[in-house]
Amino acid sequence: MNSNVLGHSPRRKESLDKVTGKVMYGNDYNSPRMLHGALKTSPHAFAKIKGIHKEDAEKMPGVKAVLTGQDLKENIGLYLCDKPPIARNVARHYGEVVAVVIADSLAKAREAADAVKVEYEKMDPILSPKEALKAEAAVIHEEMATYSHIKPIHPEPGSNVANRSKIRKGDVKKAFDEAAFVVETNMVIPPGDHVAMEPRVSIVEIKSTGEVHITSSTQAPFVVKNLMCHFFGLHPGKVVVTAPMVGGGFGGKAGIQLEGLAYLMSLKVGGRPVKLVNSREQDLLASPGHIGLESNVKIASDEKGKLLGMDLTYCFNSGAYADYAVNISRAAAISCTGPYNVPNVKCDSMCVYTNMPFATAYRGFGHIEMAFGIERALDELADKLQMDPVELRKLNCIKEGDQTPVQSVMNSSTGDLETCFTRVEEMLGGNLGDVETINEEWVRAKGVSGLWKAPAMPTNTDAGAILTFNGDGSCNLNTGVVEIGQGTKTGVAQIVADTLDIPLEKVHVVMDVDTRTSPSDWATAASRGLFMAGLAAHEACVDAIEQIKEVASAVLRVSKSDLVVKDERVCSVDEPSIGLHLSEVALGYVYPNGNAFYGQIIGRGRYIAKHLTDIDQETGKGHPDLEWTLGAEGVEAEVNLKTGQYKIVKAVCCIDVGKVINPDLALGQIVGGMAMGMGYTTMEGFKLNDRGQVTNGSLRDYKIMRYGDHPEYKVEFLETPQLDGPHGARGLGEQAVIGMPGAIGNALSRAIGKGLYEIPITSERLYKKLMEVSH
Amino acid sequence: MISYKGYNAVDLHVNGETREVVIKPSETLLSVLRDKIGLTGPKAGCENGDCGACTVLLEGQPVKSCLVLAVEAIGKKVVTVEGLHDTEVQKAFVEESGFQCGYCTAGFIVNSYALLEENPDADASEKVEWLSSNLCRCTGYEDIEKAVDSAQRIKNNSESR
Repeated sequence: MNSNVLGHSPRRKESLDKVTGKVMYGNDYNSPRMLHGALKTSPHAFAKIKGIHKEDAEKMPGVKAVLTGQDLKENIGLYLCDKPPIARNVARHYGEVVAVVIADSLAKAREAADAVKVEYEKMDPILSPKEALKAEAAVIHEEMATYSHIKPIHPEPGSNVANRSKIRKGDVKKAFDEAAFVVETNMVIPPGDHVAMEPRVSIVEIKSTGEVHITSSTQAPFVVKNLMCHFFGLHPGKVVVTAPMVGGGFGGKAGIQLEGLAYLMSLKVGGRPVKLVNSREQDLLASPGHIGLESNVKIASDEKGKLLGMDLTYCFNSGAYADYAVNISRAAAISCTGPYNVPNVKCDSMCVYTNMPFATAYRGFGHIEMAFGIERALDELADKLQMDPVELRKLNCIKEGDQTPVQSVMNSSTGDLETCFTRVEEMLGGNLGDVETINEEWVRAKGVSGLWKAPAMPTNTDAGAILTFNGDGSCNLNTGVVEIGQGTKTGVAQIVADTLDIPLEKVHVVMDVDTRTSPSDWATAASRGLFMAGLAAHEACVDAIEQIKEVASAVLRVSKSDLVVKDERVCSVDEPSIGLHLSEVALGYVYPNGNAFYGQIIGRGRYIAKHLTDIDQETGKGHPDLEWTLGAEGVEAEVNLKTGQYKIVKAVCCIDVGKVINPDLALGQIVGGMAMGMGYTTMEGFKLNDRGQVTNGSLRDYKIMRYGDHPEYKVEFLETPQLDGPHGARGLGEQAVIGMPGAIGNALSRAIGKGLYEIPITSERLYKKLMEVSH
Repeated sequence: MISYKGYNAVDLHVNGETREVVIKPSETLLSVLRDKIGLTGPKAGCENGDCGACTVLLEGQPVKSCLVLAVEAIGKKVVTVEGLHDTEVQKAFVEESGFQCGYCTAGFIVNSYALLEENPDADASEKVEWLSSNLCRCTGYEDIEKAVDSAQRIKNNSESR
């Protein structure tokens, strides 16, 4: 054990490269051999493609090829195979790719893309789930019945429902019949974007051997590898995906993104390397963003506030294609009640197609959307009960032994949510139900929210770690976790340094992931990187220690059981002078006469999720939830009741993460998540005109938080150990976004004395609400 | 008036070196720095002047290199993040965790460096005015604020000695 590593905050392994501009992201790899791709996108939200004239573009200097949907027969889809890589016959959303150009420079490719002429026949776009679910609504995917899909999702061909996940727990009708109080709210959240600062990029080259080499800004190199094989009939040994440093993911670079299209482009030009990089506008609109939601939340309680039942309808707005959205609707069903013990639950969670930009995974994976409705409804229930909003939540906190909506039982690793709420209340200074007058116009109000999340992932989600040793006794750590800014590589290195009892400087981290040389790792998503790769790395250390002892045992003539590895040495437990420095065994031991023994120490570690199952199609019963992270958040807001201007002055979070491996990195994830959740709630989301065209499709108009917009952050961690986690740790990367819409919505609703049910809550929206005449 | 047409072989002064490049008048400073000189520190985040990830110094002033034509930089001193060495700002960004994914970092560092050179005593509102031209999606800005404040403190202390 190296007592100076765990629970401390050494600097990130890649720090110096990041402050000197030396770190390389996907788009920083260039070569004169490369050809460049440019996208042509649809100006219409829903239109038949009547003809494409590419002759002029093809004749332009430097242009190698122009591809349209007619040239490509394949569909690509993460879980539901619904998307042609280039729109074929019909464009289903504003900004959808309708043609691509390959040229010898990006500038020439972009010019030629402008010269491609497309004839459209416009159709009336469907711009909300509510419209899409009407019986007379146009069917956006008429061929749905022919799409292949994974088993856990349930598309409904002939409609716009790409998935319906159901939860049926207990007797909801009875619960509502017997309830003393019932509340009902309808919430609306628009689709929007991740706005990772790095636009997506993929570089693909097909070698003469048929090997496909992909360098991509991806959170999921192994998913890309597997899907490339699935969709294009490639052999897994011949697909090599490299993931260099990624400039922010937030879910938007999970799954498969530009890789498939870039592969088809390379194929078209005889396998030459092709780089396809999104402009910012394309990154917002042609590539997927985050999902929208229309939810109906009904909650029943007894006269004391004990929750009796929830009746929930979630209509996720997936946009034109399903991508991760089908699984987001499923994940939201699994945790549909929020972190509360609810004995009777009915939930229909649907993934609904519309003619809006499509959605993929986004930090929180359905939970941020789901939680907004639950938490706003709980505050309305507290008002009806004339009860403190924190007291109501504490009374209903989920605890060890309680059943989740899918009827799995919360085990003894369950975090202490009640204390999280207590701490949040104290950090906010108490009196959460009050509205404080600052002056004639301004008031101050507070709001809270609970949060929970389990990873939504395949039942066989895995991770691995390989430790090879160097001649100085240091080691090289190779995992399949992608560094996207979260710092997991450093956290896992800390676990290695601790387990091997060597200085952190002697754990060298392989930064890029290469699917041929890195061990398999499902994806850097779902807040499971540190948990799973950490466990694999720990096992690799144990394996290496066994090998080190085996060498030392022979050389020192001490039985293995009497040896310990500590302080960069392997030595006899009771006679430390009998020992060897790790450098003497790292590459095998060499005797004075030149004889050598054993060879390099190579530690191997692996992890695979245990005992997970899918959920039942009719009742939702099952065990898809590996580990739950619970927490509570709150904000304090100052609001001008005359103008609707407001400012979040304080944002607080208390979260039970099991064990803090690196306090600075953990804090960075929580504060970053809170900020993202604040932006999401107060200013973000796509704006569309009535023709379905996005009117804020650039960073000039799509507002995210800027320097100076941030409030005072306060974060506290609880450490109820995750018994099967590395040193007791559990996931924390996504969770802090989840509570922000609820907390902010509750604070602002309280401040103005009127309920807010739609995001983003801009000052303009607040002003309009203030001006509404109440009936 | 100087005019440029077609391809031009020109000298650019970047990070203390003179680099000969062949450029067209339509090329931005950002694309020439990245694609022709190999300085990939400045990033293309929006190519529209909204995000600041491409910020470089032109005659000591921070500019968004996606909005500057390369021909405008002829005869002027250009400094990218690669031209900053061991500055207080860089050290403070490491110490205060002023970055996560690092994609916006070159822009923030160059802009913060310029701010502290230009206005060593910048107060909070001046810092907001200056640095709100850069976007970060990871940190929530608190750690960037700490880094800039810390660099300012250390720099001013060492210079007043």
